[in-house]
Amino acid sequence: MMKGTVIKYGDNIDTDVIIPARYLNTSNIEELAAHCMEDLDKDFVNKVKPGDIMVAGKNFGCGSSREHAPAVIKASGIACVIAETFARIFYRNAINIGLPIMECPEAAKDIEDGDEVSVDIYTGVITNITKGKTYQGTPFPEFMQDIMKAGGLINYVKEKGE
Amino acid sequence: MGMTMTQKILAAHAGLDKVKAGQLIMADLDLVLGNDITSPVAIKEFRKIGVKEVFDKSKVAIVPDHFTPNKDIKSAEQCKFIREFARDKEIENFFEVGEMGIEHALIPEKGLVVSGDVVIGADSHTCTYGALGAFSTGVGSTDMAAGMAIGKAWFKVPEAMKIVLNGSLPKWVSGKDVILHIIGMIGVDGALYQSMEYTGPGVASLSMDDRFTIANMAIEAGAKNGIFEVDEKTIEYMKEHSTKEYAIYKADEDAEYTRVIEIDLSTLRPTVAFPHLPENTRTIDEVGDIPIDQVVIGSCTNGRIEDLRVAAKILKGNKVKKGVRTIIFPATQKIYLQAMKEGLLEIFIEAGAAVSTPTCGPCLGGHMGILAAGERAVATTNRNFVGRMGHPESEVYLASPAVAAASAVTGKISSPEEVVK
Ligand code: SF4
Repeated sequence: MMKGTVIKYGDNIDTDVIIPARYLNTSNIEELAAHCMEDLDKDFVNKVKPGDIMVAGKNFGCGSSREHAPAVIKASGIACVIAETFARIFYRNAINIGLPIMECPEAAKDIEDGDEVSVDIYTGVITNITKGKTYQGTPFPEFMQDIMKAGGLINYVKEKGE
Repeated sequence: MGMTMTQKILAAHAGLDKVKAGQLIMADLDLVLGNDITSPVAIKEFRKIGVKEVFDKSKVAIVPDHFTPNKDIKSAEQCKFIREFARDKEIENFFEVGEMGIEHALIPEKGLVVSGDVVIGADSHTCTYGALGAFSTGVGSTDMAAGMAIGKAWFKVPEAMKIVLNGSLPKWVSGKDVILHIIGMIGVDGALYQSMEYTGPGVASLSMDDRFTIANMAIEAGAKNGIFEVDEKTIEYMKEHSTKEYAIYKADEDAEYTRVIEIDLSTLRPTVAFPHLPENTRTIDEVGDIPIDQVVIGSCTNGRIEDLRVAAKILKGNKVKKGVRTIIFPATQKIYLQAMKEGLLEIFIEAGAAVSTPTCGPCLGGHMGILAAGERAVATTNRNFVGRMGHPESEVYLASPAVAAASAVTGKISSPEEVVK
């Protein structure tokens, strides 16, 4: 279960605004995290606190396959991303690197910037503490829960291999 | 219930007789691909797994193409890192500057993919090889790492939409216009999680280069993959480029589709996607007066020989409008050489365009043609997101090579019909 303050964005948030390609001449995630969301919201890196929850509209993470995108979101302290829908490469990348994400159109539309929200990724229940509402998101299938529990795909592959 | 083309390929690679949409499977991989942005991350993850060798030295391909020829010290370090890995692991398909090209033009050209294959690439436009009837999809670096280690990847079996093509394309209309038209119609998430399966009598009229362009932009519709039914042209292409054995899968008569889209190719017009989403399309007749600062012809979408031939037809005997920087990128060394032999490079240079060595360069706002604030480009690339080609306040208009070349001559977004009478 995670709990945090919401930072909200709109539809079609693409990987180029999450982390612009011009910075990708390095793969150092801490260095890259300083530019997270820069082209959309210059203030993001200043306002984000560890445990915050990002909420967005449809097709979150569309665009390139750069895993740097979920990685910088995770490194900036975001505990979970809730969206109406996710672009598919972003979705699998998030699972593979262990960034909790949740699809829930109802929550994504209703939750506002600054709301206090808690999320249970295993049951899919999202609670909006500020508004006193709950929403049912899509919980992960068991297989993806296993990857998440292992701490990402690499550990999962390692465990399976042993 | 029958299976789609994609479902059949995935079933065969998961050792299953049947799969259905939504099912999670582990599939064997025929090729695992990475570039100079995604491979460094993948190599670090690969090392964490603790295996000594890659699963198959002939089934891993690494192509440094994004920041190459290296644009600065950091990118040089990244490429050095992957070069050493490739050497150490004896990766057979590592392509350096001088022999490389943009990965999605290079991989089919080198014959590394054939129909029926399952391919993952840590680059979203890996979906390009669907043109050959392969299941091919973009993934992240961690998937690439796991793929290199165990030769497998997990997939959720996708649903599919069926796109039935009829007729043939009019003059100056190409594969780029087909895919922009489709994305304009269904939106940038119109095919989310799905396969786009192309079939119908109109497929035969499309060249392989057109099909590569169309499959390339499946991701811009949110699709998992785009795939074409295999025909004689596909087989001819594979025979010419590859010695690998291929398998042909056709969708079952009773395969299920989320929707069926019929397109009469003969009715399409040159199409342009306005900033900042590929779905913001207008036909050339609705564009209006849009002056431009730069034209980019190339990329994994439109840097193939036919694209250059069309651009040359329009630029021949014409001059690039003063003040419009026109940059042309053949997508691979082989295409570059071919363009040289055919005299296309001479036409470009005489028209006042710059011709570059193969690289992703400006397509991702990396180098070799970055836009300043307030500048506008017409590009044959595939994305026009905020900041994609440089400053967040610059603009990219996506178009075909024909429209891009015509626009270079007039200095505003233009139809080829205006330039070649
Ligand atoms: S040409 Fe552009 S879209 Fe294609 S692989 Fe390179 S950066 Fe990506």
